[in-house]
Amino acid sequence: MSLPISRTRDLAIRRAESAPQRAFAAIGLVALVLPLLLLLFLFGSSLVDAWPRLDWSFLTSFPSRKPESAGILPALVGTTCLMGLTAVIAIPVGLGAALYLEEYARPSRLTALIELNIGTLAGVPSILYGLLGLEVFARVLGMGRSLLAGACTLALLLLPMVIMASREALRTVPPSLREASYALGADKWRTLRGVVLPMCLPGVLTGVILSLARAIGETAPLITIGALTYVAFLPDSVHSEFTALPIQIFNWVSRPQAGFHVNAAAGIIVLVALMLLLNGVAIWLRARLQRRIYW
Amino acid sequence: MDTDLAPSPPTTPLPGGGPRPTASAAGRSAALAPDDAATRPAEKMTARDLRAWFGASEALRGITLPVLERRVTAIIGPSGCGKSTFVRCLNRMHEVVPGARVSGSVLLDGQEIYAPGVNPVRLRRRVGMVFQKPNPFPTMSIRDNVLAGLRLGGERVADPAGLAERALRQAALWDEVKDVLDRSGSGLSGGQQQRLCIARALALEPEVLLMDEPCSALDPTATARIEELIHELRERYTIVIVTHNMQQAARVADYTAFFHLGELVEYDRTDVLFTRPSRRRTEDYITGRFG
Ligand SMILES: Nc1ncnc2c1ncn2[C@@H]1O[C@H](COP(=O)(O)OP(=O)(O)OP(=O)(O)O)[C@@H](O)[C@H]1O
Ligand SMILES: [Mg+2]
Repeated sequence: MSLPISRTRDLAIRRAESAPQRAFAAIGLVALVLPLLLLLFLFGSSLVDAWPRLDWSFLTSFPSRKPESAGILPALVGTTCLMGLTAVIAIPVGLGAALYLEEYARPSRLTALIELNIGTLAGVPSILYGLLGLEVFARVLGMGRSLLAGACTLALLLLPMVIMASREALRTVPPSLREASYALGADKWRTLRGVVLPMCLPGVLTGVILSLARAIGETAPLITIGALTYVAFLPDSVHSEFTALPIQIFNWVSRPQAGFHVNAAAGIIVLVALMLLLNGVAIWLRARLQRRIYW
Repeated sequence: MDTDLAPSPPTTPLPGGGPRPTASAAGRSAALAPDDAATRPAEKMTARDLRAWFGASEALRGITLPVLERRVTAIIGPSGCGKSTFVRCLNRMHEVVPGARVSGSVLLDGQEIYAPGVNPVRLRRRVGMVFQKPNPFPTMSIRDNVLAGLRLGGERVADPAGLAERALRQAALWDEVKDVLDRSGSGLSGGQQQRLCIARALALEPEVLLMDEPCSALDPTATARIEELIHELRERYTIVIVTHNMQQAARVADYTAFFHLGELVEYDRTDVLFTRPSRRRTEDYITGRFG
């Protein structure tokens, strides 16, 4: 067994540590534990607040003027549709951009500028994307307050992350495999499609899902493009108006009645659960796809 | 002239599925009876004043060398002398490296492969290559690896199972993998992977097979199998093999070229080069005084 060995080694190291080192380790530990505790506390108190409202009918009801009977169904459906549509838009565009930058673009001033911009765009406040989406998608392209406009805006927000994750994944494909493919008389496109893409798919998909998990809580861009705060119907097409979880939560939090605050807490729990679910799917998908790649 | 390098009419078909007898010791020495002026075959490929650069550094400094049809040509020389670069110039793989450049001329059946109209993709179907490090495709099964060349080339394979079997038999791998064809090629041993890569190259029925140190990562048994394989393939393919192992060159090659510092020092029949080298540098190298 390895435990006793590592423990003795641990002890040996600890004995050799000086006082400042130990102090530094302690500060580090506090810095790690404190935010975790805070997070746990927030989550725990939301859970306690939300507990009475967390039942099936909460998930399957429409919003209502009475807090006890208000549910989250349109927001849940809206968020799900929004995320799916966002992924459908962001994956091909992001992967295409990454393929171009990694495989086709010659190093030039222009590509250097583009690369710099992608890095910067990842850090731009999301409300700016909302304003851009409002102007371009909702107004100029005439999509209005539709699901499609929301998804396009969120896709825009995700693109830098998707592009960076895809480029990272493309770079992990060993050059020897590309050479093998070229030496078999495959051209560039067939090499990409037959050899490179299957290998980097897990990386691309996990990148997309993880960035989706972050985007799921985005409120500002959706409010900016005019997602509704009170919706009594389910979206029936990409052109429908919609609401989403964070907007519904925001709406409830800003009501004066205490009952709605309970609803907001319950909405937060649902949102966090959805986020964890997406993260779980990412991990599962990665493991599964990676098992098909044998090293 | 056909600048698109359409494949010349196929010569002999792949042999049928039956197990092939391995070359006996007697058969081997008969096969390696040195050519004389009358039996010396045509030049399948010819390099003329071939120069290659990586950026500004010149890796090949004017190589002129024939590759004779259905013979095994070995290339030997100290590390870094340009052996790999040379074989990569023969199927235009050198230009895949960013910043790499070639000048001079390489003929395949008398056609210039560096002519403007030539499609390197078609050329590589005729001049196959096996790399120093086995590189099976990790996302593909053993069978799909063998068929990868055809599939990546966008061809529909009429009889995939039969084709895979023939290529694997030729590469002397069939008996070891016939029950695990759907498993990954990366699960095989290094020597098996290398034979899988050979099968993958053979499935395309190239006319010339370039092998860059195919045995460098292999144990003696696997090496012996690959040498045996080269003996069998020699009847139908033109083979260029890079090797660090002079015994191996002496065993498998009809002709041997000695490279040093990007130059061709000496090219001759293998028996002549190893017993009566005409250059001092060759002699020093094969007797182990440098390199
Ligand atoms: N990708 C590369 N970029 C820059 N220089 C390179 C590259 N590959 C090879 N070279 C240089 O070109 C020269 C010839 O290399 P090459 O790989 O042809 O040698 P080699 O004879 O095959 O050696 P080895 O026996 O070690 O495989 C060497 O000096 C090497 O440093
Ligand atoms: Mg080499």
